[in-house]
Amino acid sequence: MADTTARAAPVEHTSTGLPSTKLAMWLFLASECLLFGALITTYVLYRGASTTGPYPNEIFDIRYTSVSSFVLLASSLTMVLALTAAEQRDFARMRLWLVATAMLGLTFVGGQVYEFTSFYHEGLTIKTNLFGTTFYVLTGFHGVHVTVGILMLLSLVGMSWAGRLPDDQSFPVEMVGLYWHFVDIVWIVIFTVVYLIPQPKPVG
Amino acid sequence: MEGLDEARGEIGARGSVEPGETGHARRRHPSAKEYVRIGVILVVLTTLEVWTSYSGLPHGLLITMLFGLGFVKFVLVVLWPMHLRFDDARYSRFFIMGASGAGILFLVVLLLLKAFAR
Repeated sequence: MADTTARAAPVEHTSTGLPSTKLAMWLFLASECLLFGALITTYVLYRGASTTGPYPNEIFDIRYTSVSSFVLLASSLTMVLALTAAEQRDFARMRLWLVATAMLGLTFVGGQVYEFTSFYHEGLTIKTNLFGTTFYVLTGFHGVHVTVGILMLLSLVGMSWAGRLPDDQSFPVEMVGLYWHFVDIVWIVIFTVVYLIPQPKPVG
Repeated sequence: MEGLDEARGEIGARGSVEPGETGHARRRHPSAKEYVRIGVILVVLTTLEVWTSYSGLPHGLLITMLFGLGFVKFVLVVLWPMHLRFDDARYSRFFIMGASGAGILFLVVLLLLKAFAR
């Protein structure tokens, strides 16, 4: 069994003593907080302001979305297990967990595509009402972020397989992991604010 | 978010620092077992959230509980899987800056436009 010691990233010496890549990633995530903060604020601002249906209470299926939430939570677990494997220099297991994470992400995105399609068939488009506009923009942006995360995960697997990652593979896995977990925490907020909190009565 | 600094201070006292090959110090991350434990807690909290949304509790209590549970889940993911509990404090400052900026934006816009009154 390999040791559990976190190994150093192959990064340059910096004046902060911290890897610049990781600092940049956290700065990027901070800016992403503001992006999603603005989108969530807009959604909440227009809650109950639609004058025509369909309204959220008529089309949301909380049970279905709950399953999607569990899938995304599970993907966060497989992501950290990939990091643990990378830190233990067990790269085969690391790739396995990364593929599992990507598959769970794909399941989530597939679920979202199905949800959007069924909402569309029920008459909710991005132009139907304020709810449709704010809902699709917010959850669509999140879905795009998950998709980008899946591409990053699969790239990581491919590069690891091709031997194009540095000797210490835990650092890139940690960076992609930070992004992935961020996408997860954004969903935690969206799930609560958009799906679970009861909607006010429509103005119409 | 003050809890982040407190928790990190606590681990800073007992957490080990791994000197890196190129000079960057990295703290030890949790074991797989600890991650699984956090995962189980998150699943339980999510189940509780879904149950709460169907529970028929009074509106105010329902909102408070849902926000409370969501906040605990958020903090758990940030502290463990994202490692802010174990990493350098400067990373936390960046994140707290962004997250509190988003929170302030939320409150200011909704208060100014009287969205809570609806």
